[in-house]
Amino acid sequence: MAIFYIAAAVALIATVLAITRLSAVHSLLYLVVSLLALAIIFYAFGAPFVAALEVIIYAGAIVVFFIFVVMLLNQGAETMHIERLWLRPGVWAGPAILAAVLAGELAYVAVSSSTARSEAAMVGPREVGLALYGPYLIGVELASFLLMAGLVGAYHLGRRGTEKL
Amino acid sequence: MVQIPSSYGLILAATLFGLGLIGLLTRRNLIFSLMSIEIMLNAAGLAFIVAGARWAQADGQVMFIFILAMAAAEVSVGLALLMRIHREQQSLDGDAVSKLRG
Repeated sequence: MAIFYIAAAVALIATVLAITRLSAVHSLLYLVVSLLALAIIFYAFGAPFVAALEVIIYAGAIVVFFIFVVMLLNQGAETMHIERLWLRPGVWAGPAILAAVLAGELAYVAVSSSTARSEAAMVGPREVGLALYGPYLIGVELASFLLMAGLVGAYHLGRRGTEKL
Repeated sequence: MVQIPSSYGLILAATLFGLGLIGLLTRRNLIFSLMSIEIMLNAAGLAFIVAGARWAQADGQVMFIFILAMAAAEVSVGLALLMRIHREQQSLDGDAVSKLRG
């Protein structure tokens, strides 16, 4: 239980820091910390397979991809100055308050309808695999369609040969 | 392993989703927008995992795997678009991408 509290606190603090930094690289590092904390929370909820997947795929591939792109774009000191100008309190106060109200509503709805504790069983990779290649087989095929579409789209958008999209 | 109440996990998921939403609404840089979308997707995935753990079924984790695949495809296309935008206007201002207006 203490594991969940500590990991949840780390995830929240890291996410708050990630969305408030001026430099994109700092933000991405805090995002990695938040994703690792979420992986620990997944393990605490008895889902070791997706805890590993979160670290390998999300923190290890997607965020690394972000970092590559940020390094390629080579944002320097003038970008941080522009970010500081864009992040005046008049800009973030309104949306932050409204989104916080929404988050509070969402949390209230979640709490008031679920008074149950999770079962003590750990749902390992075997059960997930049986479910994926059993009832959810069509989802696996559709996910492969989606990834192929993403591949083709990213290839076309990234081409440097011609100027036309 | 001690069971964690589902409501705690759902509160955390709602809070993380709200934080991602705040990041998406307040930041003008496109990289921060994409990053906030990833935070929101993770929060939704956490809600699915909590729900799956509540009934000790694999369905929550299966849904999270699908969310992961979708996030990977979306990030690749989104970042490719971002690099094209940067090549065109040399800045990552989300408000400056307005050539379709009028």
